[in-house]
Amino acid sequence: MAVVKKSKEFKWHRKHLLGLRELSAEEITYILDTARGFEQVSTRSVKKAPPLRGRVVVNLFFEDSTRTRNSFSLAANRLSADIIEFTKKDSSVSKGETLLDTAKNLEAMGIDIVVIRHSAGGAPRFLSRNINACVVNAGDGFNEHPTQGLLDVYTIRKIKGTLEGLKIAIVGDIAHSRVARSDMWAMTKLGAEVIFVGPPTLMPTEVGRLPVKVSYSLDDVIEKVDVINMLRIQFERLGGNPFPSIREYSHYFGLTVERMKRAKSDILVMHPGPINRGLEMESEVANGRNSVILEQVTNGLAVRMAVLFLVNQAAAQSE
Amino acid sequence: MGSELLIKNGWVIDPANGIDKKCDVLIADGRIAEVGSVKKTVQTVIDAAGKLVTPGLIDIHVHFREPGDEEEETIASGSMAAVAAGFTSVVCMPNTNPVIENETDIEYVHRKARQTRKTHVYTMGAITKGQQGVELAEMGFMAEAGAVGFTDDGRGVQDPAVMLRALKYAAMFNVFIAQHCQDDAIAGNGVMNSGYYSTILGLPGLDPLAEEAMLWRDIQLVKKTRVRYHAQHISTKGAVELIRQAKKDSLPITCEVTPHHLLLTEECCAEYDTNYKVNPPLRSAKDVEALKQAIADGLVDTLATDHAPHLQSERELEFLTAPFGIASLECALALYIKALIEPGVLDWSGLIRLMTEKPAMIIGVDKGTLGIGKQADVTIINPNVEYKIDVSTFRSKSRNCPYHGWKVKGKVEKTIVGGEIRFEV
Repeated sequence: MAVVKKSKEFKWHRKHLLGLRELSAEEITYILDTARGFEQVSTRSVKKAPPLRGRVVVNLFFEDSTRTRNSFSLAANRLSADIIEFTKKDSSVSKGETLLDTAKNLEAMGIDIVVIRHSAGGAPRFLSRNINACVVNAGDGFNEHPTQGLLDVYTIRKIKGTLEGLKIAIVGDIAHSRVARSDMWAMTKLGAEVIFVGPPTLMPTEVGRLPVKVSYSLDDVIEKVDVINMLRIQFERLGGNPFPSIREYSHYFGLTVERMKRAKSDILVMHPGPINRGLEMESEVANGRNSVILEQVTNGLAVRMAVLFLVNQAAAQSE
Repeated sequence: MGSELLIKNGWVIDPANGIDKKCDVLIADGRIAEVGSVKKTVQTVIDAAGKLVTPGLIDIHVHFREPGDEEEETIASGSMAAVAAGFTSVVCMPNTNPVIENETDIEYVHRKARQTRKTHVYTMGAITKGQQGVELAEMGFMAEAGAVGFTDDGRGVQDPAVMLRALKYAAMFNVFIAQHCQDDAIAGNGVMNSGYYSTILGLPGLDPLAEEAMLWRDIQLVKKTRVRYHAQHISTKGAVELIRQAKKDSLPITCEVTPHHLLLTEECCAEYDTNYKVNPPLRSAKDVEALKQAIADGLVDTLATDHAPHLQSERELEFLTAPFGIASLECALALYIKALIEPGVLDWSGLIRLMTEKPAMIIGVDKGTLGIGKQADVTIINPNVEYKIDVSTFRSKSRNCPYHGWKVKGKVEKTIVGGEIRFEV
């Protein structure tokens, strides 16, 4: 059984994880510390711990996802929960059952935790107001992807020791990225300086009011940063024609071997996956010595175990 | 009929006739017979001491959803809500299913209203067939059948050539064209105001420019055609400035403002509560201030609720998916009092003018005053009663109203339509 190290007298009380915006630095740190305790479960010969035995987790995925869904499934498995997989690509109300109906039906079967991915920002929050089960956000529209944000800061902290004082660039389609938003909240709360990098057409409205710096030039920031997180260009989300061509985008914002020569030698190269190789990042960089992309995936499992464990515990305490 | 009704001792506000004093109102045969100190004894007397007596209130922007979405509202349920809120005349929007686009459709709305016999129900017709923004609808036939104006409300007429043609054609019938100003190309798939809150909530934004670009374009078209034009539910500071200039240039342009754009801001969407999803979206505090200033400066011609009922099941959806609209007809007066009288933007006479004389002028009906011989549409208001808005008491079929539980002041006590008491507390 994992030993959860208590940071001071802190007590986790949230039965939902909807986003990182509303979490305090202390809460985020507590999740990361809890995840550290779970990391070793995956390296033992019997890769299982009992805390969610008898609990039912449903993966309610309304958008395509392989790695996040598998990661949550495996995390729930390792905590001995029962898992229902529910995937439905089209979540529009005109096509039948509403989100609330679906969730209420599942709840009637006695589920304890809903892990939801949905194309509508706010869908997990909406669900949390209307059902009794715990709700964990696995990505909602371009609002948040909190477990991705957590695994990103977990990965950085594990290697760099702390986020305090680090300069971190997040590069690409910021406007449509839930990863950028969750990263921004987690990283800045833990003391890092975040720079959003991308063309103005891919910056969110009133970006100046966010706790970040903004740059339209990757060349200007590449030498200064300790971590660089390259977002995936999500062609399915891009409206209109925010940049003239892939060629031109890669020229200005691609992480190339050439650009990497100017970066700090210990820069961490991150990517939430799946990578468009040759577009936002050259293969040599993705596979290079600074890349921690696969560590992110490994750490994601521990972080998701911690999240499932904590929300379940909070729910059990409030019962 | 020979019936007489005397409203005694009320504070009478009739801006059209410059009346703002304590006096009596005598109604005979459904018409205003006398305003002043009435000595005559009649059978039915209403003691209105401590109350305001005003011309019947008019709301030129409501959605009664009939035909097509009768589960949300009907002309009957909407009319009952209207009289309970002091409205003796309302104007329905034509974005029903099917769209109101010929004289038969207009007559259908009128027939349903006659069957209900609550409030006067007028309707606008569509500017374009099916509100598709391509071909003009039969404005002539509709005007003859009693359409009071034309709009593709719910959306704007996108093609400038079509809008220009509509304005030119309308000149033949002395009707006005109303526009829901929204350039769809700029608006995209936005669901709330574009700004800091849309960014942190991860929701697609509706840029104020979408409203302003179309309003600017239309003003150019009106300059050319000089046809009466009404900008519906303006919501941004930029739109206010465009209206200010258009009025300075003496263009035949009027505009309306809704209660929600005076009382609520984009911040209300922070919890993804679909009761705050409305189009035009709730804007910033600076826009709210600009709208209030516009009202204080006399730039706004009328207040209109854009009463847009929706089923509860449609509110229990993701913010992205839920339909736009706030149903506020039944608490409208209290909202205007809160937004405009309490902070001193308007006095009572100013508020009543925007709810009676001015909207009647926009739609071109002989109403909105207590002039002698006019049809007796009268609203009696208790301006001091305090209470909490309770949506469960609404006569409207819908409850998509974000004001539930709000503490407000001012309530309609009696609504008289054509000399008949159609509502009383």
